[in-house]
Amino acid sequence: MLDELKIFLDPNTQWILFGSMLLGLCSGVIGSFAYLRKQSLMGDALSHAALPGVCIAFMLTGSKSVFFFLIGASIAGIIATFGIGFITRHTRIKQDSALAIVLTVFFGLGIVLLTEIQHSGTGNQSGLDKFLFGQAAALVLSDVLIMAVASIVLISVCILFFKEFKITSFDPGFASGMGFPVAFLEQMIMLLIVMAVVIGIQAVGVVLMSSLLVTPAVSARYWTEKLSVMVFLSGIFGALSGMAGTYISASGNNLPTGPIIVLAATVFFILSIIFAPRRGLLSKLLIHLLAKRSVKTSKVKIKGKERTV
Amino acid sequence: MSAFWIIVTGALVASACGLVGCFLVLRKMAMIGDAISHAVLPGIVIAFLISGSRDSLIMLFGAAIIGLITVFLIQLFTQSGVQSDASIGVVFTALFAVGILLVSLFTRDIDLDLDCVLYGEIAYVPWNTIDFMGIGIGPKAIWGVGLSLLLSVIVISLFYKQFKICSFDPAMAAAVGIPVALFHYLLMGLVSITTVASFESVGAILVVGMLVVPPATAYLLTEKLSRMIFYTIIIGCVSSIIGYYFASILDASIAGCMICVAGAIFILALLFSPSHGVIMRKLKQKQLIHEAV
Repeated sequence: MLDELKIFLDPNTQWILFGSMLLGLCSGVIGSFAYLRKQSLMGDALSHAALPGVCIAFMLTGSKSVFFFLIGASIAGIIATFGIGFITRHTRIKQDSALAIVLTVFFGLGIVLLTEIQHSGTGNQSGLDKFLFGQAAALVLSDVLIMAVASIVLISVCILFFKEFKITSFDPGFASGMGFPVAFLEQMIMLLIVMAVVIGIQAVGVVLMSSLLVTPAVSARYWTEKLSVMVFLSGIFGALSGMAGTYISASGNNLPTGPIIVLAATVFFILSIIFAPRRGLLSKLLIHLLAKRSVKTSKVKIKGKERTV
Repeated sequence: MSAFWIIVTGALVASACGLVGCFLVLRKMAMIGDAISHAVLPGIVIAFLISGSRDSLIMLFGAAIIGLITVFLIQLFTQSGVQSDASIGVVFTALFAVGILLVSLFTRDIDLDLDCVLYGEIAYVPWNTIDFMGIGIGPKAIWGVGLSLLLSVIVISLFYKQFKICSFDPAMAAAVGIPVALFHYLLMGLVSITTVASFESVGAILVVGMLVVPPATAYLLTEKLSRMIFYTIIIGCVSSIIGYYFASILDASIAGCMICVAGAIFILALLFSPSHGVIMRKLKQKQLIHEAV
């Protein structure tokens, strides 16, 4: 056991561990709000939408600096959230189609830009590839520091505005009646999602990032009916998945970290769906059986005669 | 000649995807195409590991099976109380992660490139031809996509009324005795087959785009389902033609350009559609106010 824990003493692994736990934590927290607002696939759309931003950042600066990539990705993400909001607010197109439209059009634009970069000969785009498909093993101190700052900001905003976010998520009509700036709060939640996605892409990649926003939140939803508990649990699930993923991939086999983190989150989800109290499959089965038995054993009086049903 | 084949393939993909895409947009399941095109990765890898060959028919088969499993799992979780978008998100990311894991575990020494399997490139379509009884009968992609389009056309025209009622009002459909679940799975099966048959040759992003962007554009232009399908196919074909020429001028990705053109047409419809366009509605409002005053 001690031997196996020794991997964590390696400073490099420690950084990766810390980074992926932070990532799991903050995407779990903001993912809960996304889930309640039926925007679980927002992460998927935004992480694809980051591509043109990253490409333009590279074209403008000519450097493969992660910092510029983050800025480019954030700007593209913000434009994407405005686009999604505009389409859903002003037309009869529903949110899911709006997400899919923004996702594909932005990604298509990104691919066009990517081929332009390839052909322009200003260098290969291998750095861009790595940024988008994610490499947790390549996280270095500065990346983890950026992640730490971003997660602290994200989590403290969530704590500060907890009441506002809660009321906007459950009943936007009531919230605007109470005088809360609903549109502003909604945009703020989207901004936080953009933030989580942007810091997550380079660690686990475009597709798997959307998983970290959805899976822990859905798992947490199974265990509780209270938002505060759900947000907390979702963060814990995310962080534990990050830890498990790093541990398994670091303990040999050279397995890629991102997919393992996602699979760990999926295991939490499957456990929740089976064992959760009240909503889980096992307890549903149990309740069903108990109800059946109580009906069977109870005697019902029908037309004066006593019968066993 | 290669330009001709590429445009024909693009138009076929646009028609096949647009036809089923209309129903997806109406049923608020637009993201399912994205989910399927990612989730089939483990199916492709497993089919490759079992057969040991990169024969695309076997891979297509593996992908189609996993596609149906994906749809089934999503439906299962949705019925057990998870929101539908969240269950899409959970299922496809988990399967995609399994796929990446399988690729990195088993195919290190074998020539199975993630890019070339999952993200086909439409530019290579004209060179990937097949022979039938010794005679070249054109690119393979045309046949694959064409057959899936034919299948969708047959199924949808046979059960057009049922699909229509199920998309607009599932409760009424159930009340008049239409097996809603059956038609749901039928539609999902068609989506799965179309997606898998198309993305292998033209790339996932073009498929997902053509599933959603032209139908959503058409949705802004008309109130009739039959007309919406017709507009969708026209918009899809126009975007693939214009997209191809843009790509050859810019020397950029063809699939990317086709999607960008479709996106541009969508923005035009969003602003200027006579019935639902943002600007046109504003103008009408102003006119009404003017008349009232």
